[in-house]
Formats: sequence, structure tokens, C-alpha cells
Amino acid sequence: MTDTPLARIRNFSIIAHIDHGKSTLADRLIQATGGLSAREMTNQVLDSMELERERGITIKAQTVRLDYRARDGELYELNLMDTPGHVDFAYEVSRSLAACEGSLLVVDASQGVEAQTLANVYQAIDANHEIVPVLNKIDLPAADVPRVKQQIEDVIGLDASDAIEISAKTGLNIEGVLEALVTRLPPPVGDAQKPLTALLVDSWYDPYLGVVILVRVRDGRLRRGQKIRMMSTGAVHGVEQVGVFRPKMVAADDLGPGEMGYITAAIKTVADCKIGDTITDDRHPAAQALPGFKPSVPVVWCGLYPTDADDFEKLRESLAKLRLNDASFHYEPETSAALGFGFRCGFLGLLHLEIVQERLTREFALDLIATAPSVVYRVYRTNGQTEELHNPADMPDGSVIDHIEEPWIRATIMVPDDYLGAVLTLCSERRGQQQDLTYVGNRAMAVYKLPLNEVVFDFYDRLKSVSRGYASFDYAMDAYAPGELVRISILVNGDPVDALSFIAHRSAAEARGRAICAKLKDLIPRQLFKIAIQAAIGGRVIARETISALSKDVTAKCYGGDITRKRKLLEKQKEGKKRMRQFGKVEIPQTAFLAALKMDA
Amino acid sequence: MCDSLALYIHWPFCLSKCPYCDFNSHVRDTIPEARFAAALRAELAWEAARLGHRHLRSVFFGGGTPSLMHPETVADLIADARRWFRADDATEITLEANPTSVEAGRLAAFRDAGVNRISLGVQSLQPDALASLGRTHSAEGAIAALRLARDLFPRVSFDLIYARPGQTLAQWRSELRQGLDLAADHLSLYQLTIEPGTAFETRHRRGDLVLPDADEAAALYEATAEEASRFGLLAYEVSNYARPAAESRHNLAYWRYADYAGIGPGAHGRLTLDDGAIHATRRHRAPEAWAARVEAVGHGTTEEYTVSPIERAREMLMMGLRLREGIDETRFAARTGMVLDEAIDASVLRDAIAEGYLQRDGGLLRATDAGRLRLDALLGALVL
Ligand SMILES: Nc1nc2c(ncn2[C@@H]2O[C@H](COP(=O)(O)OP(=O)(O)O)[C@@H](O)[C@H]2O)c(=O)[nH]1
Ligand SMILES: C[S@@+](CC[C@H](N)C(=O)[O-])C[C@H]1O[C@@H](n2cnc3c(N)ncnc32)[C@H](O)[C@@H]1O
Ligand code: SF4
Repeated sequence: MTDTPLARIRNFSIIAHIDHGKSTLADRLIQATGGLSAREMTNQVLDSMELERERGITIKAQTVRLDYRARDGELYELNLMDTPGHVDFAYEVSRSLAACEGSLLVVDASQGVEAQTLANVYQAIDANHEIVPVLNKIDLPAADVPRVKQQIEDVIGLDASDAIEISAKTGLNIEGVLEALVTRLPPPVGDAQKPLTALLVDSWYDPYLGVVILVRVRDGRLRRGQKIRMMSTGAVHGVEQVGVFRPKMVAADDLGPGEMGYITAAIKTVADCKIGDTITDDRHPAAQALPGFKPSVPVVWCGLYPTDADDFEKLRESLAKLRLNDASFHYEPETSAALGFGFRCGFLGLLHLEIVQERLTREFALDLIATAPSVVYRVYRTNGQTEELHNPADMPDGSVIDHIEEPWIRATIMVPDDYLGAVLTLCSERRGQQQDLTYVGNRAMAVYKLPLNEVVFDFYDRLKSVSRGYASFDYAMDAYAPGELVRISILVNGDPVDALSFIAHRSAAEARGRAICAKLKDLIPRQLFKIAIQAAIGGRVIARETISALSKDVTAKCYGGDITRKRKLLEKQKEGKKRMRQFGKVEIPQTAFLAALKMDA
Repeated sequence: MCDSLALYIHWPFCLSKCPYCDFNSHVRDTIPEARFAAALRAELAWEAARLGHRHLRSVFFGGGTPSLMHPETVADLIADARRWFRADDATEITLEANPTSVEAGRLAAFRDAGVNRISLGVQSLQPDALASLGRTHSAEGAIAALRLARDLFPRVSFDLIYARPGQTLAQWRSELRQGLDLAADHLSLYQLTIEPGTAFETRHRRGDLVLPDADEAAALYEATAEEASRFGLLAYEVSNYARPAAESRHNLAYWRYADYAGIGPGAHGRLTLDDGAIHATRRHRAPEAWAARVEAVGHGTTEEYTVSPIERAREMLMMGLRLREGIDETRFAARTGMVLDEAIDASVLRDAIAEGYLQRDGGLLRATDAGRLRLDALLGALVL
């Protein structure tokens, strides 16, 4: 099972826009090659995390090994590498692609090419993949095979004449896909005689096995009992287990060139496994490491604080546990005048941020306050020093700042004609610079450069809403560029609430300050005393709102002797208050912190 | 230690359960009158034995529907109370009555039993409102009962419930004026409250029952005080209106945090005993369980504990600030063992005074009209 000759191995991934049928196809492939019995098939086998299932997205790379007897009579080993499907995880896509020689490009034949299709396919082309176009959902009456083929040729520049037409749902022509993998993708190259080199593709923490490493072997062999060395750190570990996913974990003796699988090696934390690192044999090390990946860097940061200050330690432990499994997420302690002790946390994108927050709430039962997400700014001081800034509260005084740079992205948006106007308006409102605008049939493809900080809060939601859900969107990080950026402070009854301050472009500052004051007015319930909310740049107030005092709050009938119950209610009310964040006399509900910064039209 | 006493006697039975009511009231095919009369008398005797021969300032028959009691039962209990305690001419003896004809027929007998004040549960003067409140009496029936009560008793009060679903300000003003025309010298005017566990709560949760919002409720409340004062009735408590000196003595005992004994199922008491401590007492809620317990051990207490100084302070603030007259700081210290400033947040006090919610002068702390309107929030912040 592990000495398959290279010629009979195919490593591939599936790239697709969300909902075009990647998971359904993967399930069909597993089923068709007998990886799981029908009874074992729960839908979408590969998305295993609860959250991934709920959101229908893949976060961690996963693999499955399929054994397929092809028409030529030979038994092939097909390794499917699943890739994350969301822009936040583009980095993970690239590293998954690096472990394969080819891709299936799945396009919904009733929808056509979407933004994510494009972004991923370009990455696959960059990775020198052989790409096999697959037109899915041809069972649908709306499927338009010739049009979509034409689109693939026009927009992507791929020859679609041999595209495979399937229905993943009904199982139609799954055989065709398997045959194409065998006949159209190249086998991997490698040499079993050379010293071991294996690419560390991913790692995660399994409560039973400890850290599990996903590898792709290039040369040599990886076997149980072997002493391996991480080439970047020199750390040496003894391999305890070797195996493959079918998709359940199945132990094996070793993994040979071209193969994918997992190892465990008594490694304590995921942080010790640098993704993209090369694993070699400690006794016969390779001279040169494989080309690795650049490390993933968090692009969005926010503060996370326990609602109940007593939960700080619990939050620290929970973050450490999460990090075991997700090395792309960063955290460091921070304090806020308003919120006390908490952590500054870095994420790959907004979805990643939401996922981590949700996991903390759900799996660790933590009540959290999240501050406004911020991108990483570069502050150039007049004295020549430069610093990275990802907490608006840390912004130095204007007098010592020479200039500030902010990160920009290159966004691709595909949208039906009818909504193009609205989308272009949205992009220019967000300081976008148009790079390209082309048409594919009645769909337009707009390429924009946009400041990341304009995208971070709610761009995606807005885009969906102005296009009635028809626009698709993908982005890649571009470069840093100088911008006229200012910090806007929010004051409640005259006191700045640092956790609500944010950085915005000068041109948008006033409007945004007003919008946030108005939003807070809705989000903060009326209280005993009236509340003044102000937005200010430096000492200059740019917006203000007043929340009037609550108009009536008194128990109507309070006679009869049961005052114990009423006192207990009062005591409970006081207890609840202690756990709430008080800003002077004002209670700000935790939801207000993030919600305040989401902008509506 | 404390000589005066207010006595509450609970009658837990009603002819039907009103959909908004969370009082300890129960519907029975036949009311076991004799058993409950005996148990009430036994429990009263038991409580009296440890209280001593105190000055009885008030007796209150509450419910449930105490007007369903046989007048002899009421007479026996009043006679007992006079025996155990020192009653005088000023002793206020109130009975809560429902304005159905059955009960109206007994009013004279209640007077003969010693009752000198009637509190009538009119609730509304609008036929459709009475129906939606689940009341079994008519508006005319209520008015007739009220007239009869006024002829028979020196003091009569009645209750109305307002801020009902769909009730407009204008409608309430006119209903209230009609009520004020009928009133003697005391009224209880309650805004409808959705109580947990009631039928109204279920409907409210489903969205079938929409109450006025806080602004509308505030407007209704202010209009109520305005109309009442035009008739010479002053809001001496959040929901109670009276001509000077016509206040309910009994209810004042609760609000002033004076001693009161509670007899009968689910009744509560606050009693200063020989140990100098204030005891909180609570009786079994379920009528039959209470009676069985009285029969077995002489009283139906399920819980009794001494109230700590900070608890006393909270209770006295909670109750006392409901009164227009406010809290006397000297009495506060004597009653709770804490000086006022130890029991409240100084900065909230300062802000609340500045905002016009509280006043503190001449040894008195009192909530203004504006403060009383927001008392629950104010207490939440003020009380330590
Ligand atoms: N009619 C039809 N529906 C399909 C087909 N393949 C997938 N779907 C449906 O399309 C939706 C998205 O599929 P899924 O595999 O989750 O897409 P993914 O987001 O790319 O993984 C699901 O409701 C599938 O049942 C197909 O061939 N025909
Ligand atoms: C002990 S109760 C009832 C007395 C008597 N059984 C009756 O129903 O007429 C005293 C008063 O509280 C008021 N009340 C009871 N439940 C209420 C509620 N949910 N909201 C507002 N007032 C209420 C009514 O006005 C009622 O007359
Ligand atoms: S409101 Fe009065 S009559 Fe109606 S159930 Fe309650 S206590 Fe009985």
C-alpha cells in the first residue's frame, strides 16, 4: 500500500467557488472508490469541524486517499487535497496547491465563473498545475454548458473543449472525473533513493493523538520509528505513527515519494510545526530544503476581553488551546482603560476572526467583548522610526507622525450587469481605485484596489446587499501606501472609551463619526441618567448624540409583605451590574463594541 | 423594642383565576371554610403568643378574595386580634372585596364583624376591559357595590388597572375621571404588570398582548397623578392616591418598614422579636399544605430568618422611597442599624440629586416625582 510507483500516483485538489459543488464531488469520489460505505457517508465528509459544517466552509487542509482501478486495468493511488474555500484562507489554498500536481476546476454550469473561481485558478496556474475543467450541476435545467465553456476560455484562458460534464448530486459521470485524473494529470516526481524531503503542509492538535502533521513526501521515505529533523529549526523528533486518510486515519508503515499522509511524533504544540517547513531524516539529512511558503501574517487585529473580568485566566487558557490547532492566529496580552485586561488577537481575515470568536463563545463558554477590528498600519515618525500599529489606542500624537501607510488589497468582483452601478459606487465610496473592468456575457468583472481597512468591517455584507447576493468577491493582499489617516475617539459622558476608537481616512472621518454616534444611540439602552456620546478627532468634536434618560421604570404594585423577593431581585440586578462594563455611570452592552462599527448605507 | 403591629390575614381562594394575577390565589370547588377559619385562628394565636400584647394599628384581610369568607370567620378573627393585641378606635380594619353581587350581599355583615375599611377590586369601568381582564363582574355591578360600600363603611378605596393593551391616554383620562367621581378618599391605580407564570405572560411573550412602551407608560402615569390631584387625591405612594390622612395605615406599615405579622398561606412578615433582631417570616404557599402544618405544629411557617443590617437597609430604601414622604434618616438608623450614608452610593446620590431624582434635607431622603417614576433603576444604582 505504500510502495506505489510514482507513475500510479496522482495528487490533486479541487478548486471551486463556494456552493459550486466541491464537497459534493469529493464525497462522490470517496464513495465511488469505496473509501466509505454508504452508511458511513454523512454529507460532506471532509468538512469535519462542526463550525466548518455549519458555515459550509473548509478551514483546515484535509486529504483523502482513494484507490482507483482505472480503465487501463492498473490500480492508482489518488490523493485529494481539500482546500479552504474562503478568501481569508487564501494563504492556505496556496500551500495546499503546492502539494499537488493538478487541480479539478469545478464550475457550476448554471452559474458560471465566479470571483473565487478566478482567484483560486490563478493560484493553481502559478503552482504549475495541470487543470481539468469540470462542469457540475448539468442536471439543472438552467445549466448552460456551451456558455460556461466559452466563459472558461474567455475569462480564464483555459481550453475547455475537454471539460468533463457531470452532476455531483446524481453521480453522473464521476467515472469521467476519475479517468481524467489518471490520464490528464502528471504523476509526481521524486526519488526513493535520495535523502528524505517532505513538505509540512499543515498540522493540528488531536486530543487523542497530540499534534498530527500532514505531509507530502518528495524524495526518500518517511517511516515509523525514524528520527526526523525539521530543517528550519533543527528540532529532532521520533516518528511514532505514519498513516493515510481514507478519509478515516489508517496506519501505514511508511510513505514514499509523491505520497501524502500524516505522522505523529510526540510534538507538544502546533506552534512547533512550521507550516511549509521541510522534514528530513536526522541521520541522512537532505542538503537543501524544499521551497517553503512565506509565513502567514495576521492582517486583521482586534481586542478580546472577558465580559466578566474574573474570566481573564479562562480566556488565556482557551486562547492557548485554540492556538494549538490554529497557528495562523496570534494573541498577546493587552490592557484597555475601558475594558481592563484582555488580549490583542491577530487573524487572517474577518471570517477567521468571527470563527475564532464563535469558537471561544461556543466551545469554551466565554462571554466576550470584541473591539473594532483594525488592520496593521505603518507609522513613520518624524524622528525616522517606523512602527506597526494595530491598535488605534496606540496611535502616537499627530505631532510626532511624519506619515502613515495602510495596506491595500487587489479585489476581483464579478457581478451581473444590473448591479454593476451599485457595486462601482460602493467601491468608490470605499476609496477604491478601478484597475480593470471587463464583461463576460452579461456579467462584469471589476478589479479594484481597495484599502483593507475599508473592507474589514462590512464590505462583504454591503456588497451582497447592493447586488442582492449576486456579486462574488475575492481579494489578495497588495501593497502598503501612504494615506491621510486619523484616529477617531468616542467619548461617553466626556470620557474616551479606548475600545471604541478607530482609525479612518480623513475624508470619511466625519461621516463615520456621526454614523457611529447614531449607532451607539440605538445600541445603548436608555439609562437612569442621560448619556452624551461624542466622536472627536484630537480635541475637536465632530459628532454628538444624546441618549435621554429612561422615562419610566418602577414596579407598579408593591405592597403585601413579600419584600424578600423584591430585595433579591434588587440584589440580582446589582450582581448583574457588577459583571457589566461600566463607563462612569454608563453601561455599554458588549454587543455594542463590534456592532457600532458596522456601517450601513 | 417595637410596640406597634400591622396584621395581615390571607384568604387564598377565588371564584376564578384572573389572567394577569400572580397572587397566592386558588380556585376550589368548595372552599373548606371551617378548616381554614380554624387554622387561621390557630396561627394567629401562635404568632400572638410570641409577639406579646402589642398595639394593633391595622388588620388587613387580603387575598385571594377575602370577601368570600363567612362574615362569622371574619368576626372571629377580628375578635381574636382584639383579644391578643391592644386595638383602639383608630385601628384600621380593611377587607379586600370583589364587586360581585354575592360578595356585595355580605358587606353589611362584614361591617358588623368589625371591618371599617373596604378595598374594592373594581379594576375597570369599561365593560370590554373587564372582559379582557377576565373579571366576572360588570361595570354597573361594580358601581352598585361601590355605592353600597360607601353607605356602609367610613372608609372605602377601590383599585383600577390601567396602561392596558390598546388603552389610549384620552380613554384612560375619561375612565379615571369617572372613577374619581365615584371615589371617596382613597384609590389604588396600578399600571398593568405582566407577571411571570400568568396567562397574560404567555400571550405577551407570543406578541398577542402589546403594552404601552416606557414613554407612553410615563405619560399615562403623569396624567393619572394630574387627574387625581385635581380631585384632591395625592400620590402618597407610587400607585396609591389619597386625601391627606386618608392613606392606608396598613400599607404604610409596609412602606415605612414597620413591624407586620403575616398569617395564612404564603403570607410574609417582618417582626422585631425579643432578641432585638428583625425576623422575616414566610408561610407555606399551598393552602392545604399550610393548613396541615398549622394543624400539626400550630403554625405554617416554612422559613424564618433574621434580616441583616444591609438587607434591612435595602428593604427600607426599596419601600421608603416609594412614599412621597420619603425616609426619615433617624428612623432609618434605628430600624436598620446603619446610617444612611453607609447604605447608599455617594456618587449616585450626588448625581441623582443633581438630576432632580432625589432630595435630601431636614433629615429626610425622598424621591421626587421624577425619581419615583424611575425608582427601580434608581435603586439599582443607589443601593449598596
Ligand atoms: N442540482 C445539483 N445540485 C448540486 C450538484 N452538486 C452540488 N449540488 C448542490 O449545490 C450545493 C452546494 O454544494 P457543495 O458541495 O456544498 O458546494 P461547495 O461549497 O463547493 O463545497 C448543495 O446544495 C449541493 O447539494 C449537482 O450536480 N446538481
Ligand atoms: C390582591 S389583588 C386582588 C384583590 C381582589 N382579589 C381582586 O381581584 O379584586 C390587589 C390588586 O392588585 C392589582 N393587581 C393584581 N395583579 C395585577 C397586575 N398584574 N398588574 C397590575 N395590578 C394588579 C389589582 O388592582 C388588584 O385589585
Ligand atoms: S385578581 Fe383577585 S380575584 Fe383575580 S385571581 Fe387574583 S386575587 Fe383572585
